[in-house]
Amino acid sequence: MPEQIDERQVRHIAVLSRLKLSDQEVATFSRQLSAILAYVGKLNELDTSNVEPTAHAVPIQNAFRTDEPEEPLAVDEALAGAPQRAGSFFKVPKVLDQDSA
Amino acid sequence: MTGMTAGEIRDAIAGRRMSSREAVQRCLSQIEQFDGQVRAFLSVAADRALDQADRIDGRLAKGEQVGVLAGVPVAVKDNMCTRFGKTTCASKILAEFASPYDATVVAKLEAAGAIIVGKTNLDEFAMGSSTENSGMFVTRNPWNAECVPGGSSGGSAAAVAARMVPAALGSDTGGSIRLPASFCGIVGLKPTYGRVSRYGLVAYGSSLDQIGPMTRDVRDAALLLDVISGHDRRDSTSINAPGTKSAARLDEPIGTLRIGVAKEYLGEGLADEVRAAVESAIDVYRGLGAEVVEVSLPHSEYAIAAYYLIAMAEASSNLSRYDGVHYGYRTPEPDDFIDLYSKSRAEGFGAEVKRRIMLGTYALSSGYYDAYYLKALKVRTLIKGDFVEAFKKCDVLACPVSPTPAFRIGEKIEDPLAMYLGDVYTISLNLAGLPGVSIPAGQSEAGLPIGLQLMGPHLQEERLLQIAHAFEEETDWHTRVPPMADAHAA
Repeated sequence: MPEQIDERQVRHIAVLSRLKLSDQEVATFSRQLSAILAYVGKLNELDTSNVEPTAHAVPIQNAFRTDEPEEPLAVDEALAGAPQRAGSFFKVPKVLDQDSA
Repeated sequence: MTGMTAGEIRDAIAGRRMSSREAVQRCLSQIEQFDGQVRAFLSVAADRALDQADRIDGRLAKGEQVGVLAGVPVAVKDNMCTRFGKTTCASKILAEFASPYDATVVAKLEAAGAIIVGKTNLDEFAMGSSTENSGMFVTRNPWNAECVPGGSSGGSAAAVAARMVPAALGSDTGGSIRLPASFCGIVGLKPTYGRVSRYGLVAYGSSLDQIGPMTRDVRDAALLLDVISGHDRRDSTSINAPGTKSAARLDEPIGTLRIGVAKEYLGEGLADEVRAAVESAIDVYRGLGAEVVEVSLPHSEYAIAAYYLIAMAEASSNLSRYDGVHYGYRTPEPDDFIDLYSKSRAEGFGAEVKRRIMLGTYALSSGYYDAYYLKALKVRTLIKGDFVEAFKKCDVLACPVSPTPAFRIGEKIEDPLAMYLGDVYTISLNLAGLPGVSIPAGQSEAGLPIGLQLMGPHLQEERLLQIAHAFEEETDWHTRVPPMADAHAA
């Protein structure tokens, strides 16, 4: 388990997380995240080769309901918090024709 | 009235010795008097609360049926959705967010007649142990204004401790109900995972989060738990069991009791004063005839590491919805849609939230998933197993809530890891999904509250609360009032 996150990695993670960081933040986070990662590396002391993972402490199965449609949120309610709205749509910058898409 | 518990207020209103309007007005007056200094509330819905109070009073005057909490003022942590006002999660990214629906717990409280007077402060998105990570302002501990109230439910804890409301809801992912309850000298219960619906609780760590009551005594905690618990088909992690009946069963004799004390929890790192308070508390149980049994939770030292990996991984996924598109803060002039996401999130989130999102993203990313996230899930299995073994030898576990009483504002904020290490006694319970309660059990030399934590087996809240209640019958820690609120307690 690598224990250091350098600034290049921090920038990469920031891209994956969709967070635009300042240079100052990159430097600070690199230091802080490295310290935290070094600490969690402690888990390597344990042999878990024969242990099953627990994703949910209280496992529940088949939490289904009957497939019957119910009243959805009204369009105006759904759009009430929209930063920008156009008719019954959320308005955003162009998605297509972008190299970064 | 400010000295009255929620149950006493409920009885007085039902018996027409007090009106709900009076009860709400007293709370609003307490808030006006103290909240300028304490800063527990992010928003107060005074007019709405008075309207609701009048409606309850009207129904009572006509002799109509009202709910078990009719007329009782309460507060709700601001990560629980309410259709009225805002639901901000103490984050700039949701500063103006008005939820289109009520959380199930909110609907249940109101159906029972409770009156939500306001939304309380928290660490942003419930990420923190001191409420210093709030994107709005810091809440102060009513026992000492230079100290933190604990977190992340610091606002709810402070509001109850300062007698601004008799009861509040908090949420607990790694200790966020129990720790502030301990720091503020009140009762805080984290139920079994799945006991209380998470529908409308803004998700942080979905396999860890639970909502619970924060009150001045165990009876009120039982009363609130009975109202908010129960299966909810809108939460697929909700246990298929009806609500608890813990209030009615609270006074049942506790019978023979084996109290387990985990040796790993009374080791080094624990402040002497806290150790002394916890040991005295355990002696109270000995006095009641309980047998004290030493047990071991051998994987305890790995709990913080496992928790933070799991919580951060889940958080990175849960917080990806805040992207400036559908609701919440949007950056004013993005270059393109990727910039829209990246700048909205960077400008809207605080530092701790960014740290956790990034670490979570890293732990889940290709090449690291097995080494970090999956490894943590396996350690979780071992930790859960420790409790299964321990509960073969005892009925409840007793231990500290925190290594120290409330620390000073600013003391740990520069060192995230130091802050995380304070969660050592609370965190395992969230990993294992078990119930736990913090009850007032002592006071430091400096006059700061010290809590005792009782941990129970799966779905055993009724018994856990009986055992907690028995302690209250023998002690008076839960009746102490912070000096700032003392002159005004009725």
